[in-house]
Amino acid sequence: MPRLSAKSATLLVLAALVVVSPLFFPSGYYYRVGALIFVNGLAVTGIVILTGYAGQISLGHAGFAGIGGYACALAPVHLGLPPALAAVLGVLISGALAYLVGRPILRLKGYYLAVATLGFGILVSMVLNNERQLTGGPDGIIVPDLGLRGLLKDWGLNISNGEFWYFFCGIALLIGAWIALNLRQSPTGRALRALHGSEIAAQTVGIDVARLKLQAFVISAVYASVAGSLLALQNKFITPDVAGFMHSIEMVTMAVLGGAGSVLGAILGAGVLTLLPQVLTVFAEFEQLVLGLVMMLMMIFLREGLLPSLLRKLRGRDE
Amino acid sequence: MTLLSIEGLGIAFGGIKAVHDVSLKVDPGEIVSIIGPNGAGKTTLFNMISGIYQPDSGCVLLEGEDVTGMAPFRLASRGMSRTFQNLQIFQNMTVLENAIAGFHLQERGAVLADLLHLPSSRRRARAAEAGARALLARVGLERAADREAGSLSYGSLKRLEIARALALRPKVLLLDEPAAGCNAVETEEIDQLIAEVAASGVAILLVEHDMKLVMRISSHVVVLDQGEKIAEGAPAEVSRDPAVIAAYLGSEEAAHADG
Ligand SMILES: Nc1ncnc2c1ncn2[C@@H]1O[C@H](COP(=O)(O)OP(=O)(O)O)[C@@H](O)[C@H]1O
Ligand SMILES: [Mg+2]
Repeated sequence: MPRLSAKSATLLVLAALVVVSPLFFPSGYYYRVGALIFVNGLAVTGIVILTGYAGQISLGHAGFAGIGGYACALAPVHLGLPPALAAVLGVLISGALAYLVGRPILRLKGYYLAVATLGFGILVSMVLNNERQLTGGPDGIIVPDLGLRGLLKDWGLNISNGEFWYFFCGIALLIGAWIALNLRQSPTGRALRALHGSEIAAQTVGIDVARLKLQAFVISAVYASVAGSLLALQNKFITPDVAGFMHSIEMVTMAVLGGAGSVLGAILGAGVLTLLPQVLTVFAEFEQLVLGLVMMLMMIFLREGLLPSLLRKLRGRDE
Repeated sequence: MTLLSIEGLGIAFGGIKAVHDVSLKVDPGEIVSIIGPNGAGKTTLFNMISGIYQPDSGCVLLEGEDVTGMAPFRLASRGMSRTFQNLQIFQNMTVLENAIAGFHLQERGAVLADLLHLPSSRRRARAAEAGARALLARVGLERAADREAGSLSYGSLKRLEIARALALRPKVLLLDEPAAGCNAVETEEIDQLIAEVAASGVAILLVEHDMKLVMRISSHVVVLDQGEKIAEGAPAEVSRDPAVIAAYLGSEEAAHADG
């Protein structure tokens, strides 16, 4: 049998997870958890492109999720756009903003870049908190219904709200993963990984390092924006927390914990970190403490991230 | 018109002149070697020519055009390519991918096509891969193609860098100690390869410590000492020059001349 490419294997595993998991759901509530994992997985896939491929860090990507989310809340009311088009508008704004912000700050490296992106995230979050007239401030704002489930019902497909968002986000994640995997093996993806390896060598083979970093930044901002829109649309409500500092940190943590260089690994990281707090509720007031401890232990013992470390161990045993 | 011409190039770090008023020329098919003791400024000179350092004075002319201080990636698209004394390998990639990266200017295209895996993107990638495999065969690394670059020996990495540099189909190629750390057989192979590349019409600027190699393949030798050019000429002339013997051969004779 011919060996599966890493890309096909990843997509197959993801598709199988999306389809098979519901068989084991003890209650309808788990569709919600599943959908949340997929949305986080999508945002984190964008981080894989920026951090895993191109080696650049952002501690402000929740800002783009905020823009995607609030676009879905505001554009239907103020511009009369249907929510789906509002999400597209969010993508355009996020992409344009990433381009404008990325140009000056992607010249910075390492923790300088981290602090600059952090500043961007805080800025977006502050605007969302303070422009009460428009955004509703810290209390959040209602998001109109996407309307797709109603359409499906008219066509004779009647599924619950939870099921609808579970599969809708699952499909979005599959498409996002497919695109990220396409990129990885493409000329552009190779150039991104090359500049990650050595910027000097990348330059001498003709790679326009500044331009490629910017492309990675814009693409990953689009992922975050779509994730923010999906979150807002399924909750039918959004607060500035979606753009908050903690959310940015969460994205990076999920990617690094799962394995930032690998799409499947990062999505696994999103799954683990979304599920852990649910599981750890048995520890009651020690929940946060245990969560922190688990994260530290994972980084100490699975340094390259959950999936890459486990794969390496398995392979080591084969040989 | 000279292909690459350097006029009065100089740079100082913290007041110390690392390179001072160095001029030289290279024409297609020529191998011009730069020799001199450690710290003479050879690598610094390469870094100025290839746009990594901005020179304080002087200029670099490529095909008659002033390209002084131009960004390295722009120089690459104008036909300049180089290797590094301290390896600059993409350690996070396979050997094959390192070689393919050298084809960046030929394989790049619309990002959207890459994101969606469109036929145009696949075609570009396939062509680059075929080219890269041919180059790996040329430097004897075809069997290591799928290994992690980081797992290769030093000598193999040197050859991988040469393959990557050749992938650009350069008009001028800068090689910074390509044979350092290579055994006699590998050195012989690199020697042959350099001669072949020059014979195909590429202008080569070579920094190399192996004097036998330098004397055998150079068309012209430039000697640097403490940042200044102290002699130049045909290999035989230079090796007889008393100033050169004093500054360079004298101190390293034992290491290189009789090896
Ligand atoms: N970036 C730099 N900063 C400070 N000093 C430098 C730098 N690059 C080179 N030098 C100095 O320039 C001199 C020449 O170094 P180099 O060009 O590496 O010599 P060579 O390649 O001939 O052995 C050395 O004294 C070195 O310390
Ligand atoms: Mg040197």
